[in-house]
Amino acid sequence: MSQLTRRRALGATATVLTGLVLTGFARTAGASSEPRTADPKHNAGHAGHTGHAGHEGPQPFSETFQGRRIEGAPSHGEGHHGGYAVQIDGEELHVMQNADSTWVSVINHYETFATPRAVARAAVIELQGSELVPLA
Amino acid sequence: MTVRKNQASLTAAEKRSFVDALLELKRTGQYDTFVTTHNAFIMSDTDSGDRVGHRSPSFLPWHRRFLIQFEQALQAIDPALALPYWDWTADRTASASLWAPGFLGGTGRSRDGQVTEGPFAVSGGRWPVTVTVDGRGFLRRALGSGVAQLPTRAEVDSVLAMPTYDTAPWNSASSDGFRNHLEGWRGVNLHNRVHVWVGGQMATGASPNDPVFWLHHAFIDRLWAQWQARHPRSAYLPAGATRNVVSLNDVMRPWNDVTPAEMLDHTKFYTFDTLA
Repeated sequence: MSQLTRRRALGATATVLTGLVLTGFARTAGASSEPRTADPKHNAGHAGHTGHAGHEGPQPFSETFQGRRIEGAPSHGEGHHGGYAVQIDGEELHVMQNADSTWVSVINHYETFATPRAVARAAVIELQGSELVPLA
Repeated sequence: MTVRKNQASLTAAEKRSFVDALLELKRTGQYDTFVTTHNAFIMSDTDSGDRVGHRSPSFLPWHRRFLIQFEQALQAIDPALALPYWDWTADRTASASLWAPGFLGGTGRSRDGQVTEGPFAVSGGRWPVTVTVDGRGFLRRALGSGVAQLPTRAEVDSVLAMPTYDTAPWNSASSDGFRNHLEGWRGVNLHNRVHVWVGGQMATGASPNDPVFWLHHAFIDRLWAQWQARHPRSAYLPAGATRNVVSLNDVMRPWNDVTPAEMLDHTKFYTFDTLA
């Protein structure tokens, strides 16, 4: 993909992603529709929205996003992954559910996303075609 | 005595000494042990389990201890060194001298985030990024891309005005304390937002790969000291044993020989050029 094409694709995808995050995922039961906390004017909305962790988790997903295979599904591992595992092209993306039911990953650790799908898509954008290297 | 200064006031020679020591720590492999430690805590600190370095009351004393250890490693190379701090309320654009080729270098190029100027650019061969979340073994940044604006002085003041150190549930959902608003999971979002503003490795669990990590956290550490000065009767909380979190007299991993109580007075270890 040429630089120009990639940049245009990234821009278009980011616009779509923002729209999805703001409206929430209709097919994702129990997911928060809250936007990224990186935007301070939305961040205050998180106050008082607590205690959802560990209840009905998000549903599985599997899709191709910007040419990368992203998948997520409930897992039966220990709780610090939120009981949910995400892969990009088959490699595990370390994700974590916050107490307010939002998500972070090791790639985007200082901002929150409404769903595992949103955090996986954000990681794909951040990777810019690079391979994910799972850390121990 | 170690005096931590605003990076904007460093002389060219002071900047060069700091950069040279960073490069030497990288060469010997010591630097990357700090990156590994930080990422291990990022991945294991959870809202519902044990949490020490992040999303918990000990966020501030843990990073104070972490920075002291790093500063001591720098001083083993050059005893005159101290960690500079980055006041991002003042030096808030990508054109600030902090990002000049003679200091930390600037933002990354768009196609892969690669920083191409300065002492940490991959072309110099002295800053390999080996503890990494992806296949890119070079320093990356995207200044002002993930979020447009750094926190303002007014936003900082609003957080410094909060009288209570931290509140239950002592995690990223704590709604009414100084610590969680400073860390940035609630409210105007200070610390987290700066990581996102810098982008690249700074947005990841391996954020100390970017040397600006130390300058950012030195400023966060100074904000804690300023908050203490403004609220002399506000104590570190929790004071007593509390599930999954480090209370005042509990020891902190990975050192296991230091408590938050022992980290409350920074003047035992260093001072700042000014606390005003």
